[in-house]
Amino acid sequence: MIERFQYDNKIVKAFMMATIVFGIVGMLVGFIVAVELVAQGTTTDAWYYWLVRPFTWMNEQEWLSFGRLRPLHTNAIIFAFVGNGMFAGIYYSLQRLLKARMFNDGLSWLHFWGWQLIIVAAAITLPLGITTSKEYAELEWPIDIAITLIWVVFGINMFGTILKRRERHLYVAIWFYIATWVTVAMLHIVNSMAMPVSLFKSYSMYAGVQDALVQWWYGHNAVAFFLTTPYLGLMYYFMPKAANRPVYSYKLSIIHFWALIFIYIWAGPHHLLYSSLPDWAQSLGTVFSIMLIAPSWGGMLNGLLTLRGAWDRVREEPVLKFMVVAITAYGMSTLEGPLLSTKFLNSISHFTDWTIAHVHVGGLGWNGFLTFGMIYWLVPRMWGTKLYSKSLANAHFWIGTLGIVFYAIPLYFAGFTQSLMWKQFTPDGYLVYKNFLDTVLQIKYAYWMRSLGGLLFLSGALIMVYNVWKTIASGKLIANEDAEAPALEKNYVGESSGHWHRWIERRPIQMLVVSLVLVAAGGIIEIIPTFLIESNVPTITQVKPYTPLELHGRDIYVMEGCYTCHSQMVRPFRSETERYGEYSKAGEFIYDHPFQWGSKRTGPDLHRVGGKYPDSWHYYHMFDPTSMNAGSLMPPYAHMYENLIDKEMIPAKIRAMQGLGVPYPEGFDQQAVADLEAQAAKIVANLKKDGIEASPDVDIIALIAYLQRLGTDIKQQPATQVVQAQ
Amino acid sequence: MNVIFLLIAASTLVAVIFLAAFTWAVRSGQFEDDRSPAVRILGDHKPTITKTNATTTKPNA
Repeated sequence: MIERFQYDNKIVKAFMMATIVFGIVGMLVGFIVAVELVAQGTTTDAWYYWLVRPFTWMNEQEWLSFGRLRPLHTNAIIFAFVGNGMFAGIYYSLQRLLKARMFNDGLSWLHFWGWQLIIVAAAITLPLGITTSKEYAELEWPIDIAITLIWVVFGINMFGTILKRRERHLYVAIWFYIATWVTVAMLHIVNSMAMPVSLFKSYSMYAGVQDALVQWWYGHNAVAFFLTTPYLGLMYYFMPKAANRPVYSYKLSIIHFWALIFIYIWAGPHHLLYSSLPDWAQSLGTVFSIMLIAPSWGGMLNGLLTLRGAWDRVREEPVLKFMVVAITAYGMSTLEGPLLSTKFLNSISHFTDWTIAHVHVGGLGWNGFLTFGMIYWLVPRMWGTKLYSKSLANAHFWIGTLGIVFYAIPLYFAGFTQSLMWKQFTPDGYLVYKNFLDTVLQIKYAYWMRSLGGLLFLSGALIMVYNVWKTIASGKLIANEDAEAPALEKNYVGESSGHWHRWIERRPIQMLVVSLVLVAAGGIIEIIPTFLIESNVPTITQVKPYTPLELHGRDIYVMEGCYTCHSQMVRPFRSETERYGEYSKAGEFIYDHPFQWGSKRTGPDLHRVGGKYPDSWHYYHMFDPTSMNAGSLMPPYAHMYENLIDKEMIPAKIRAMQGLGVPYPEGFDQQAVADLEAQAAKIVANLKKDGIEASPDVDIIALIAYLQRLGTDIKQQPATQVVQAQ
Repeated sequence: MNVIFLLIAASTLVAVIFLAAFTWAVRSGQFEDDRSPAVRILGDHKPTITKTNATTTKPNA
């Protein structure tokens, strides 16, 4: 029996509009932070001073400084731009692949509005400094719960549609969507576990090295299952559609799908090479990362080879141009990723702009261009018209491509240059560039060029907005698209019913065994050594919990996003121990909820900064970094000298920490404020010696206390007081 | 590093889910035909009858 039904295009339109709007916003914020990062040190005699003044002004504001806006940029691009883009593509393709309308219109709209509300909540809370500081998982716990609920709504809607489908076969794209849903759900829940202190503040359930491992297990797989698998699914639908020819090898698509999802999940530790993570876990991450080249390139080749014999059409069709560059960028970044996971290259690239270049080849190229290609393909079809201007789309393509080039290449140079400068020794064994700032000033040109690249990319996207606008104006939305398909015959038991085992015996049994072995191997390799070594985190007796004042200072450090520019992880290289001091030990971080190792050094590492400078140095430096370091790119933090320490929150913070197993004495929450005031008075007295009159009640005092504590525990003899300036 | 047990458990759980999905897919014959699905998605079946007054069914198959 032929059934007639309608595809829901209205929901696709909604998600697509959100993609465009938040894409522009996310790219704009990206451009702002890029300029903020480099413009800060601009002096009034520079000819471009007034050009960049709006950006430096923003950087000086409490809510708009780099540290607060950078998480907004990353979250907007990942969850608002790519997220909505993924949903638009899934809602469009899923209905057609399954020959069914979405399971429930109400759920579709609940999903849409819920997701947009979450984005708005993120856009409000992140500039306010309400953050967990776990990269790409910065949103606080109430928003995390909302994300979980909306994700479940999406899941019900998707699986509901799958159940009522009129097409027996699940096209490979759908498998990618399913993998996305299942894995993101798990990653999000495990990494977001936290102990709430208040509605807007929580502490990560995990501490130090464990928190780092969970975070980068999440961070890596967020890239894998939020930015990669759903977009591979979209590629497998929209690429063949746009080229009007079947995918090169359907068999390959299935094999590379299963290989990809079984390998990806184990590669996370490659984000922590040379850190305090146990060595075997690091090596394991490297091995799986190298293995990933095969399934990743399986996808890339399959996408590109789909165009075999049709490459001439790429010349005329902007949609195909975007997709070809997108898939090429995917191939490049999935080769680069495993290479950067080798210890040798990682020792050069890590903490530098190389990483930033790498993620932007993926973000701008793969996700950005695939989204653009998809939009240019969808809009004329959904509005029953022709694209307003092919030449504008071509202009977008070329400006965007130039944007990627201008963005990535200077940052490759920057990363390499800076890393080599960090490691450069004189013949008699001293660091050539003792002042970290010298290595930053050297690469300012690259920061300007990548700002230009970002601006180009954004301009291209704006051209698209105009083009889409005009296209829509010339057509009419087909809100409900008529379709018909035969009903699915019930009680289907397979074409070779009763003989399924024959097929299984031919090949799948080998596939089953191989996938089992892969999963089991990953598990066993990670479990056995843990049994052998009783504990990988030796307890260092001198390491003590933070005092209440330091704890508050740490919360300010988290709130300001200091981790976006400063690491707290001295790697065991001579160039680092020479510059910063003793390398970081796992046992030093056991009270760090959350960990603050960071992933990028625009400023120097801070793990051994405690005691390095007098209190007064920090006091002057935080107010105006250029006063201590001429040309410094760090923004000033004037508000810390006015905002009062929130003492009412202190007991709750102590109790939350106790709940996480931090050994404060029983009843300490009641003495915490007194303890805090006593320590603040000491710092104020210290500052007074250097001629500074400071209030003991302002945030800067707490931050100084925290900075002076950093990395000092292991230098202490057991049972002594806090070390002040050396 | 005890957290690694949690990560392994979670990762393995997901892997087991995928393995079950894979087993189901194989058993139900999802992968028997590895040629035509790629071609089938290309043709969007447009309704043969023009709509006017035709009611759309909402089956719960």
